[in-house]
Amino acid sequence: MTAIGRAVRAFALFWWDFLVGDTPELALATGAIVGLAFLLAGQRVVGAVLLPLVAAGFLFISTFRGRRRAPRS
Amino acid sequence: MHTSSTLVLVIAVFAASLVEMVEALTIVVASGVSRGWRSALEGAAAALVVLGLLVVVVGVPLIRYIPIDALRVIVGALLLVLGLSWLRKAILRASGHKDPHDEDLIYAETVAELGEEPPEDERARGRDGVGFAVAFKGVFLEGTEVVLIVVSLGAAQHRLGLAALAAAVAAVLVAIVGVVVARQLSEVPENTIKTVVGVMLTSFGVFWVGEGAGVHWPGSDLAIPVLVGFFVVVFFAFTAYMRTLLPGSATETSAPSGTSAPSGTSAPSGTTAP
Repeated sequence: MTAIGRAVRAFALFWWDFLVGDTPELALATGAIVGLAFLLAGQRVVGAVLLPLVAAGFLFISTFRGRRRAPRS
Repeated sequence: MHTSSTLVLVIAVFAASLVEMVEALTIVVASGVSRGWRSALEGAAAALVVLGLLVVVVGVPLIRYIPIDALRVIVGALLLVLGLSWLRKAILRASGHKDPHDEDLIYAETVAELGEEPPEDERARGRDGVGFAVAFKGVFLEGTEVVLIVVSLGAAQHRLGLAALAAAVAAVLVAIVGVVVARQLSEVPENTIKTVVGVMLTSFGVFWVGEGAGVHWPGSDLAIPVLVGFFVVVFFAFTAYMRTLLPGSATETSAPSGTSAPSGTSAPSGTTAP
């Protein structure tokens, strides 16, 4: 691999780790919220209520996944 | 643009910069104490210059060449990723599922890693390559997140200068306090500040994604403080619930072992945070 190739790979890996890392569900959440926002374009109350609720829902899932667990006996 | 969103922008950028620069200061102080102050300070200054250039090189073209609605969706998405991540860590820390950020521990570990004296020839020149590199890397990596926040919030509101100024003031403030006390700032309530920033970034992220995509927010920019209030409530509610799931808590011990975990998520403790 050339020096440029290595640099590009390192750059891509840095951003992947920075933005996705070990919480891919949050990247997925962002994609879902963006998609939903376009679906709800022009809406007033529905969009304003649903978008934060969906964000909170994904946050709950991600936080739940990250909890400490008791060691299995 | 309403005063409320400008105020939230300044607070979010200032707090994010403050907390990241406190972390960077820990590494710079550790590098300075272990390998010499000249190299550590040069490394930190070089990183700050590169970060400042990044704001200009990335931020100015964003404002000039990308249509405002597309820009808002892009920066909103970026803020959402960062904000949800900060908020997640804040909830896990506040509920006891993750250890709090500990500057004293990071300082001790960095000093131990850098413990060796610089080579004789480098000491004679007053410079140390390792000390420079560690300080540069510490400030650059901690500052990258601040740059993203400055560029995102600043570009979306066309207030790049104000956002950069808020971040710079926080960095200078941390540097001055660091010089005065000449040690890492372990007394700064980092976890609380990170919670505030997480709430604000998530609120801005949801707002800008909706705004850019064409969702009409009731009250326009006044929806931002409402979103902030909503995510504050979410933070406290989730934290309270997560406390009940701590191993050894009454709720957790009364449930059969493993019943609360969805399949495929049984990572050992401590593996969830970078």
